[in-house]
Amino acid sequence: MMSSFKQIKKDEEEGGGNPYHSMDKTSVLQEARVFNETPVNVKRSTHVLTKILYLLNQGETLATKEATDAFFAMTKLFQSNDLVLRRLVYLGIKELCTVAEDTIIVTSSLTKDMTGREDQYRAPAIRALCRITDATMMQAIERYMKQAIVDRAPGVSSAALVSCRHIMKDSPDVVKRWVSEVQEALSSDCVMVQFHALGVLHQIRKSDKLAVTKMVTKLTSSGLRSPYAICLLIRIVARLIEEDEVGADSRLFDFLESMLRHKAEMVIYEAANAIVTLRKSSARDLAPAISVLQLFLSSPKPTLRFAAVRTLSKVAMTQPNAVTACNLDLENLIQDVNRSIATLAITTLLKTGSEGSVDRLMKSISSFLNDISDEFKIVVVEALRALALKYPRKQAVLMGQLADMLRSEGGLPYKEAIASTIITIIEDNPEAKEKGLDHLCEFIEDCEHTTLAVRIIHLLGREGPRTRQPARYIRFVYNRVILENAAVRAAAVSVLAKFGAQCESLLGNILVLLQRCMMDTEDEVRDRATYYHAVLATRDNALINQYILNPPQFALPSLERALVQYLRTDTSGPFDTRTIPTAPPPQEEKKTPNIMEPAPRPVERIIPTHEKYAEQLAAIPHFAHLGPLFKSSAPLELTEAETEYMVRCIKHTFQKHIVLQFDCTNTLNDQLLEAVSVVVEGDGWDIEASLPCPSLPYSQLGSCYTLLPIPEDIMATTGTFSATLKFKVRDCDPATGEPDTDEGYEDDYTLEDVEITVADHVQRAARSNFAAGWDELGATNELEDTFALSAMTTLEEAITQITQFLGMHPCDRSDRVPEGKSAHTLYLAGTYRGGHEVLVRAKLALADGVTMQLTVRSDDPEVSEVIASAVG
Amino acid sequence: MSGLLEPTLYVIKGIAILDNDGNRLLAKYYDPSVFPTVKEEKKFEKNLFQKTHRANAEVIMLDRLTCVYRSNVDLFFYVMGLSHENELILVSVLSCLYDAVSAILRKNVEKRTLLDNLDIIMLALDEICDGGVPLETDPQVVTQRVSLRMEESPFNDQTVTQQVRQKLETTTGAVLQSAREQLKWSLLK
Repeated sequence: MMSSFKQIKKDEEEGGGNPYHSMDKTSVLQEARVFNETPVNVKRSTHVLTKILYLLNQGETLATKEATDAFFAMTKLFQSNDLVLRRLVYLGIKELCTVAEDTIIVTSSLTKDMTGREDQYRAPAIRALCRITDATMMQAIERYMKQAIVDRAPGVSSAALVSCRHIMKDSPDVVKRWVSEVQEALSSDCVMVQFHALGVLHQIRKSDKLAVTKMVTKLTSSGLRSPYAICLLIRIVARLIEEDEVGADSRLFDFLESMLRHKAEMVIYEAANAIVTLRKSSARDLAPAISVLQLFLSSPKPTLRFAAVRTLSKVAMTQPNAVTACNLDLENLIQDVNRSIATLAITTLLKTGSEGSVDRLMKSISSFLNDISDEFKIVVVEALRALALKYPRKQAVLMGQLADMLRSEGGLPYKEAIASTIITIIEDNPEAKEKGLDHLCEFIEDCEHTTLAVRIIHLLGREGPRTRQPARYIRFVYNRVILENAAVRAAAVSVLAKFGAQCESLLGNILVLLQRCMMDTEDEVRDRATYYHAVLATRDNALINQYILNPPQFALPSLERALVQYLRTDTSGPFDTRTIPTAPPPQEEKKTPNIMEPAPRPVERIIPTHEKYAEQLAAIPHFAHLGPLFKSSAPLELTEAETEYMVRCIKHTFQKHIVLQFDCTNTLNDQLLEAVSVVVEGDGWDIEASLPCPSLPYSQLGSCYTLLPIPEDIMATTGTFSATLKFKVRDCDPATGEPDTDEGYEDDYTLEDVEITVADHVQRAARSNFAAGWDELGATNELEDTFALSAMTTLEEAITQITQFLGMHPCDRSDRVPEGKSAHTLYLAGTYRGGHEVLVRAKLALADGVTMQLTVRSDDPEVSEVIASAVG
Repeated sequence: MSGLLEPTLYVIKGIAILDNDGNRLLAKYYDPSVFPTVKEEKKFEKNLFQKTHRANAEVIMLDRLTCVYRSNVDLFFYVMGLSHENELILVSVLSCLYDAVSAILRKNVEKRTLLDNLDIIMLALDEICDGGVPLETDPQVVTQRVSLRMEESPFNDQTVTQQVRQKLETTTGAVLQSAREQLKWSLLK
């Protein structure tokens, strides 16, 4: 024994005081042989088992055989009645049961411990047992579990309840049978038992809203003792209020408010947080919650201050005025030793503060910015962005601050957040543009992040030529060509070409610079330089516009497919790019993830993109002759939510056809649907083919299709269709899904109308330079008309409506109206089916409704007419 | 859905005890969607330790988790929850962990004594949180559940090894001393 102590001591010296340091898995597993000794060597076995548990905890993985061997050796230890050893065996069972095989073997030993008299064994034995049993085994121990749930010993009851909750993840049905026991446990005096019982009960009733409401009504009036259970109840109540569409049930809300006066801080905070997070809370509802949070702000406990300021900063995002009352307390927190609290305080102040306090806040920001993590720095940047948009007059100060931050240390996400904030300010305020561009130019002189440098260089290419002195940016861009890596050089070359294309006076110099770039070591850079030089050297404005300023934007996969197709056929004629769908411009860039926002939930159903649809449809032989897919609409719901059958319609537009895809779901578990089809009828439209869905079992998605040729007359290409779902019903067994009868009966179900609009024939297209594109198209097919949009009350509303209606893309950020303006011009670009370019200029003026002067240009007179007449 | 909190029992995403070099002594993570493998867990621990070992500020947000922490001499205790979790619940779990450990180690909250009593500490951790559900938050109850019986057991029917093991709860030096005494005592008898 003394020698084993020496051994420990020696290990300690080697492993920096950790006797478990530098243990080897194989030798420890060897040592596990000691488990087989009779009588059990308690001390040695405890030590070895602790070692095994330590190794597993450090992340050591055991192979199935190793784990199984160790597991079986461990079961021998049930012979000993040493408390600690037995409980370590339970831990071992829980750790190894996921890897080892045949763990079921210990069921009887554990059942014995669980039903024995020793409380110290019973609770942990239940928890271990529930880890190794599956739903079928559960029935064998059901009686014991029911007893355990209502056991007088709180530990046993808690163990049983928590195990129930774990079991429910895999087999919810077993636990549902124990609901009366769980309910009994809910009235336990023990704080934790009450919490666990409520958790299990809510999980059982979760899907039944009425039952939840009943449970809540009972519990809110009876009063729970456990603060943990009350926190849980508050969350359940908040959910109910939020989901209740009619309006908050005042009694539920009163409950939340009364919990603000509870004696446990945990409950007070939970209630305050629930109230401020509820979307339905009015300013008056918020007030009491805000004032308890305000009290917390001056608490000596850092966690309480943190919780309060975090919640307030969340409120400030949506309702800054509600938080203004706390400004004084928040200012005190700027000096808080916990930098997280200080950061949250300052970002909250940035949202609630007045214009006058901006300068002071800026000073305090720079003082502590170096102490905080990048994640918090991003929070600060986001707050600065909001502030800049709120107080345009302070943009100079803010821009200076941002420029300082840009020069300081930080990772890519942080730098990107700053750069995009500067870009936002530039876009929002033309006066700040040159100043902002200067800061960014300076930044790329010494920027280690390629993606960011490329993004800024492209921004210079977009904004630079339109400034008063485009020449000064050329130096910055050309410096990149000399100093940077290939990706940045290539971007710089493209941008130089943009300057050359838009600034006559600089063209000569640019040509010289491009000529130098033709010597570059990188293929891509040389190719770009040669290409741009050739185009610019022609000095042909139409050519320059078409190939530099507004280059064609084909959907690349479609282009590839079309080219492969072309090469297979007769290649004597030229390749026609008109049939290639253009790629829709990317949507709004995604925001840098912000730690203040909850983790994004996984999207329930990912909506397939253009490419996926194209592949799906190409796989159907009936649609093989249609050519490339031009556009697919967003899914359109044809049924109300939660009806017997759910149908969504997606409209796919081809060169000369439209395919209506109906995604149907059957929500009745006692029906099997067969030969499902949607019958559509519309004036002036023929139906070429209809593909039914042969079988639609419960809860599965099935699609049927209808193929419509587009009428020759371009003015008749829109229309409304009535739609009916037709199918054959066969009743079936809800449990198995097997039909009861051989014969079914016909039935139908009326759906909402399907509409084919102008937007279905138009694909959004980007124009990096609208004016050049406008001039290029010329007035040949121009149509102009004036409309009074009396239903609209704001310019923004009108812009959204028109953009959506025409299905086109707003260019030059013309979809944003500067604040306080009563007149605005919207520029839209799109491609009409068949590859016709369409540009729209809409001059809007706000007076009693919105007046609009719409000018349409395109390369086809009929297309212009369709678009112009669409609005009326 | 807005930022309303999920009504769930699973409020704890992880519990960790690290030493003063940021090495894991004991750690449990309860949600594989937060850290899929041990590699990510350890990376997070290193990062967490870096951010917290100097400033004793009790709470920090890191990698979308809210972490509350406490330290003593060469030990760091952490409890983690989702970034919107009620921090006060997490703190109550942390206090329970710390106080239970402190009681088990007879107030010698140090790495050496913790490792000497690692088996009991593991049991205590298991009593505090089961699969992410806070099982017990009263440190007294936790200590009772893991170690009370040992003290109550009468001395005479235990073997010498068990007595020594019990003494392991004090410092190693004291253990050696008492082991010697126990030996002498049993020999004299």
